[in-house]
Amino acid sequence: MSFSITLTVNGVASTIALDDPRVTLLDLLRERLDLTGTKKGCDRGQCGACTVILDGRRINSCLALALSHDGADLLTIEGVAQGERLHPVQEAFIAHDGLQCGFCTPGQIMSAIGLIREGQAGNDPERVREGMSGNLCRCGAYLGITEAVLNAQKALAAVSRKEVA
Amino acid sequence: MKSFDYVRPATVREAVAAAALPGAAYLAAGTNLLDLMKGGVTKPDRLVDISHLHGLDRIEDLPDGGVRIGALVRNADLAHDRDFARRFPAVAEALLSGASAQLRNAATVGGNLMQRTRCPYFYEVASACNKRSPGAGCDARGGDNRLHAILGWSEHCIATHPSDFCVPLVALDAVVEIEGSAGRREIPLEAFHRLPGDAPDRENALEPGEMIVAVRLPAEAARFASHARYIKVCERTSYAFALVSAAAALRIEANVIADARFALGGVALKPWRSREAEGILIGAPAEKPIFRRAAEVALAEARPSGDNAFKIELARRVVERAFALAAAGTPKRLPALPGSPFAAVSGVIAHD
Repeated sequence: MSFSITLTVNGVASTIALDDPRVTLLDLLRERLDLTGTKKGCDRGQCGACTVILDGRRINSCLALALSHDGADLLTIEGVAQGERLHPVQEAFIAHDGLQCGFCTPGQIMSAIGLIREGQAGNDPERVREGMSGNLCRCGAYLGITEAVLNAQKALAAVSRKEVA
Repeated sequence: MKSFDYVRPATVREAVAAAALPGAAYLAAGTNLLDLMKGGVTKPDRLVDISHLHGLDRIEDLPDGGVRIGALVRNADLAHDRDFARRFPAVAEALLSGASAQLRNAATVGGNLMQRTRCPYFYEVASACNKRSPGAGCDARGGDNRLHAILGWSEHCIATHPSDFCVPLVALDAVVEIEGSAGRREIPLEAFHRLPGDAPDRENALEPGEMIVAVRLPAEAARFASHARYIKVCERTSYAFALVSAAAALRIEANVIADARFALGGVALKPWRSREAEGILIGAPAEKPIFRRAAEVALAEARPSGDNAFKIELARRVVERAFALAAAGTPKRLPALPGSPFAAVSGVIAHD
């Protein structure tokens, strides 16, 4: 059986033929579209390394069946910078040492972008930690990650204030 | 993962017809199902993808004051619906105490009811499990079982039901709407999940092919909004299943309890409601001694299923705490750590 789905990935729409119904969004990105920024950690929804933004919301791409998301819009780590200019969340992770080995970082950054969009955490570090609890970091960079998220949120708010003015 | 046929019905009726065949399973978000399939725990021959069905993703106010939640409403959308959270705060708190933000963004209401136990012996296919293969035995008996059931278990299965969401729903008399080939029917959520008995593979009241289309809360449930909490003790601060949890809801008039609702999570293979405990609260002053008595009544039948005798006293204390927090009043905004026992009764988080 072969299937065909349409996906918009980082702003580019394409039609993708699938020869197997078992393919997850994570495997589709990594193995078929050569977008290997999204990481496969546990592959079971426990570590958050595979986090992407699907139709505006952060999800675990390892637990999303590609076939079920025909027509969806995906944003991955490859799509967040504008050319050479890093996304404010990427800049904040560098500025606040929000990483060591870097394996969990794409998932952390996509999750942080999702968290900021959700707008539930405010400037409360406890709410940020709770909102980021689906992303594990074995290097233990949590302190820097929390600082990065709080500061990126401030930077993004300043940018949108400027845009409004 | 074993391969499968994939079908995407356009209507509920088509879905029910497609799922009536043996070996079929419904796919919504798949956050539990795909995990189980990857582990070889479940091996459906056919996935019936219901995630595109229209009309099942709405939260509707009913003319009688109740609310109807479509089976495909995402956990995060329900928890963050301001009107819903204001009227049913313990349900919102339970939702936000569970899983991670990513999972809550995907996981659905119907899927939450259908999720399987997280008993490690159920997940590990090399272990004996009567739920996975009837008659095989239960390796959790005599195994690592400090997290297992203390109420309603049998020699055949000592697993617990993992849902947070279902606990306040059972306390608040939620009803499940079910569609099948014979039409629509409904049952109380309390009667939806089955205790293991001698057939732990029969997990719920659904007949083959039947699907959950909605969950309803009655108007009466909103009358507890000013005194309703969900408290959850787990082995990590966040992103863990409950060791013991409790939903407690009170109506208090002049410091006397006019009505009470209550259920425990993490203690049995279904959310555990104790009407006896509710009954002794009514008419009593909303104070600590009666909460302790309610806790003792609720756990009167509890017995350890392994190395988990500690869960009995823990459950009593969680019940007592849940009622004390409910009596203190629903906080204006959910705490930073929803359901956390680290919060003092005053609402301040003692976490640093």
